[in-house]
Amino acid sequence: MSSLQYATPASVQEAVALLAKAEGKARILAGGTDLLVQMRAGMVDPALIVDIKKIPGLRTVTREGGGYRIGAAVAGAELSDRADISKDWPGVVEAFDLIGSTQIQGRASLGGNLCNASPAADSVPALVAAGAKATVAGPGGTRIVPVEEIPTGPGRTSLKPGEFIVDFVLPAKAAGTGDAYLRLIPRTEMDIAVVGVGVCLTLDAAGVCTAARVALGAVAPTVLLVPDAAKALVGSRLDEAALQKLDAAAQAACRPINDKRGTIAYRTKVAGVLARRAALIAADRARTN
Amino acid sequence: MAKHHVTTTINGESVEFLCDTRQTLLDVLRDELELTGSKEGCASGDCGACSVLVDGRLVCSCLVLGVEAEGKSIETIEGMAKGDKLHPLQQKFLEHAALQCGICTPGFLVAAKALLDSNPNPTETEVRYWLAGNLCRCTGYDKIIRAVLDAAAEMRGETHG
Ligand SMILES: Cc1cc2nc3c(=O)[nH]c(=O)nc-3n(C[C@H](O)[C@H](O)[C@H](O)COP(=O)(O)OP(=O)(O)OC[C@H]3O[C@@H](n4cnc5c(N)ncnc54)[C@H](O)[C@@H]3O)c2cc1C
Ligand code: FES
Ligand code: FES
Repeated sequence: MSSLQYATPASVQEAVALLAKAEGKARILAGGTDLLVQMRAGMVDPALIVDIKKIPGLRTVTREGGGYRIGAAVAGAELSDRADISKDWPGVVEAFDLIGSTQIQGRASLGGNLCNASPAADSVPALVAAGAKATVAGPGGTRIVPVEEIPTGPGRTSLKPGEFIVDFVLPAKAAGTGDAYLRLIPRTEMDIAVVGVGVCLTLDAAGVCTAARVALGAVAPTVLLVPDAAKALVGSRLDEAALQKLDAAAQAACRPINDKRGTIAYRTKVAGVLARRAALIAADRARTN
Repeated sequence: MAKHHVTTTINGESVEFLCDTRQTLLDVLRDELELTGSKEGCASGDCGACSVLVDGRLVCSCLVLGVEAEGKSIETIEGMAKGDKLHPLQQKFLEHAALQCGICTPGFLVAAKALLDSNPNPTETEVRYWLAGNLCRCTGYDKIIRAVLDAAAEMRGETHG
């Protein structure tokens, strides 16, 4: 076992410098609920752990321009404690809250869930549906990246060497907007999504859908933003014909794996069913918003 | 590499220890500080036997590095009884026979106390979801849930039947 260094940078710049110097042998530590498990299993063997939780802003949630800026290392339990964001973005907060147990919630972060890059990461479809953007810091400065552009495959991201996520921005919600996330797991708690669906949509005063985003998890190597599923909803009142189109578009987008928790046919069918249900929940929330 | 020198607070007392980066908070509690109440069931976040509070948040100490304890306040099962006086949860676990081998018990107690401290009157469903990350291989969950609900009632000052 090689000796393992540990650093708690006090600023984004310091973290970027540490990552640059480590030349790919460093790992970011947020809540550690993926990283420490993988280290123990011998799947990763870093030379340096960069604990980002002491960097100002990484563990705070602030209101900004009608939306929210959420530090990349904010724990699930910390976000669920916030009544304001739970009311504005219930789909995002519920999706994050589905991750693991109460104990895991005490540590798990959005940044870790996204950068661990599991196709089944629960918070990711909800963030994508909400139109969340990640602030990415690196040697070249800071860039703003839509969440759906971060994962590139199981365990892989588009982050360049030395880059890390500082925070996420949830936009100001247009009037009449609601979001929802549903997942299917074989148990009621503590399991990995067989399918996850995030929907965010906007209804006008007459109940007609004017904008929508639909994102699928666990049915492809990365989260999928499905424009055809959104198109099925826009212009409709979420009647049966529109829901059928949504169902079909969600199914058409799936490229799942076969495994012990779900066959290709099952995952595909469930993606359509959950898309319908999530759309109806999001619409209910949009009406009361 | 030199060991980390960590200063932290455990069950209200200031504590210093040395650890390697690879040692988890659970390793430190058990191997360096002889606080062996917290158990290692899985070391992967699945069983909850290692549950402790860090700055008031319930976590798995097997998924926290020892060095992360610097400057934090940690509560473990050892801080639960006050001298010889058991916490009502501990008393109710005994009365309801909510333990057999006892490996899971410290984790259940720490987790249940965290629930009752924030929600003195939880429903059975709330208790079951809150404790979903605590696994028990011998007693079965019903007795544990009954013990928690009964302790909650007693702590609220209600008589029970
Ligand atoms: C018992 C258990 C149950 C679980 N259940 C679920 C579940 O139901 N759903 C689910 O989706 N996940 C689940 N997980 C996985 C895990 O808890 C989540 O993925 C969690 O969100 C990871 O966050 P973290 O802060 O702990 O990440 P860490 O372990 O700290 O980091 C994860 C990875 O991302 C990198 N990273 C972390 N933060 C950043 C950043 N800001 N910028 C760049 N890279 C970063 C790390 O280097 C590491 O490679 C579970 C895990 C356990 C142990
Ligand atoms: S030993 Fe930590 S969760 Fe099992
Ligand atoms: S009493 Fe043995 S595991 Fe619960």
